[in-house]
Amino acid sequence: MHRSGLPQTGRLHRTGSIKDEVKQEIWQALVQAVDLIVSLDTEVVQISLRSLYISAASIVIAALFCVPIGSLIHFHDFRGKRAVINVIQTFYSLPTVVVGLLVFLFISRSGPLGGLELLFTPAAIIIGQVILIMPMLTGMTIGALSGVDKTIRDTALSCGAGTAQAIRAILFEARFAVVGVLILGFGRAISEVGAALMLGGNIRGYTRVLTTAISLETQRGDLVLSLALGIILIGIAMVVSVIMNILLQRY
Amino acid sequence: MAFLQTVDIEQRAGASVLLNRVNLSVEKGEIFTVIGPTGAGKTTLLRLINLLDRPSAGDIYFDGEKITGPSGNAVQVRRRMAMVFQKPAVFNSTVYENVAYPLKVRGCHGKTARSTVYNLLDTIGLGGYARRKAKTLSGGEAQRVALARAVVSKPDLLLLDEPTANLDPGTVKMIERLVMDFNRERGLTVIMSTHDMQQAQRVAGRVGVLMKGQLVQVGQPGDVFFSPDNARIAGFVGMRNLLRGNIVRNESGIAVVDVDGKDIEAVSDLPPGSTVEIYIWPEEVVLSKLASDSSARNNLHCMIRSLSSNGPLCTVIVDCGFTLEVLITDRSAVELELSQGQEMYASFKASAVRVLPSMQG
Repeated sequence: MHRSGLPQTGRLHRTGSIKDEVKQEIWQALVQAVDLIVSLDTEVVQISLRSLYISAASIVIAALFCVPIGSLIHFHDFRGKRAVINVIQTFYSLPTVVVGLLVFLFISRSGPLGGLELLFTPAAIIIGQVILIMPMLTGMTIGALSGVDKTIRDTALSCGAGTAQAIRAILFEARFAVVGVLILGFGRAISEVGAALMLGGNIRGYTRVLTTAISLETQRGDLVLSLALGIILIGIAMVVSVIMNILLQRY
Repeated sequence: MAFLQTVDIEQRAGASVLLNRVNLSVEKGEIFTVIGPTGAGKTTLLRLINLLDRPSAGDIYFDGEKITGPSGNAVQVRRRMAMVFQKPAVFNSTVYENVAYPLKVRGCHGKTARSTVYNLLDTIGLGGYARRKAKTLSGGEAQRVALARAVVSKPDLLLLDEPTANLDPGTVKMIERLVMDFNRERGLTVIMSTHDMQQAQRVAGRVGVLMKGQLVQVGQPGDVFFSPDNARIAGFVGMRNLLRGNIVRNESGIAVVDVDGKDIEAVSDLPPGSTVEIYIWPEEVVLSKLASDSSARNNLHCMIRSLSSNGPLCTVIVDCGFTLEVLITDRSAVELELSQGQEMYASFKASAVRVLPSMQG
């Protein structure tokens, strides 16, 4: 990592009060962080893009499964529907390390999918993140659809819509809420560290993402880089949310 | 068989009966109005016809075919109908997309579809609104969009469920005119529900009265409003001077009814001993200072309880053993120098009294 130009901010010098020292370091770190971002530091850009790509892939794959599954559950009445929804909601708070562990067991060399050699690849992180956000996406899709006024279904049907067309009309009506769900899912994916670390291995230039990098650099004492990456992480979340909102305003 | 016919349809929700053996028949090209108080089952009936719900029992025939039951193709049937709901429901998209939706689901795109929609927007007076978000429209505008959306696919049957409830008088008039225009120009068959009697009178060719899930009377608006079949309908259509009494004798069609000790002569064939409800048209009662009107069968001594003028007419409440509401012109009230507490005579012909068999017996 390109760090030659950075001050060794991590080591605490035992001169003056420790409090002042920390305060000064944080300030320095902020300045340096902005500098790193503005100057488009190659390593920082690469890590950011990788994070973005992995989480975007996770959310797209998860959405492809979860929006239809959520719709299916919402539009069908069956016994135990309430229980199914409750179980799904319970898994909203699935711990990332548990997901990491389970996927690890499956794709490690001795696991059932060991032959695919997925462990410590970006694909492994994607698998973990998809599993992580699926319950949330499915459950909240159901919630979004429940929020649509019941008269919309009747209106669509009496306008001559078939069942599939009526479902599409209701989904369209719920589009703001569904996109909100996707943004939330994306946020959970890009901000999690457990699965990314356990399944990706934080390999520099290959599976190192924003969260794993922050975790590592903080441990190593490089607060500047950590903070810079943290600011980028928050920035990405903000930009995604703003872009989605602008797109929605138009349609 | 009529264009639309319901045969003994029933709808139950748990223990309560929403519709009880309703037999409705509507002819092609007519405007049929279903009137009834809130909760009578009007919405339930229209939803069944539109196949949005399934009846608990009975069948519905549309254009000669049975549309209820497993054999029917609900989507194909619905595509020949359209429904406007009481609460204006618009999709969260533009006005244009709302009106074009029925064409879209039928696979109609392109130039003809576009010009159909634009023409219709002009007709409903929302020509410049195509790109507006439908959610930003007022209630009246949204309901006009719903009406345009209903007729854009040129349905054979239009169902309107209290389409003008809670709208301002101007919009009500406009929607009524549009419905009547569509009916006349396209021969569109219309079934409309309303709880507004005057609206039914303005719009309808025929009226059906729905009360507590039962279709209790069907006829021309005049028949229903001026000769209701029973006291309950009379009360609902706003009849005043509903009194209860017993027929004491009947001489060749002129019955003498005992109402609170007063004898009232009325045209009726009901035999002596029947308990009846009688209704006296308020505008048929004449007030005078002297009991000398020879043409009137009924001459009752009375005292004026209250007077209230409403424009050209004046409502006078008099006490003649029972309370009677009298409607006279404001001018004659002034000429007669009517005042509260004054003693007068109320006279009316035997034919101004409608006698209905009592509901409670």
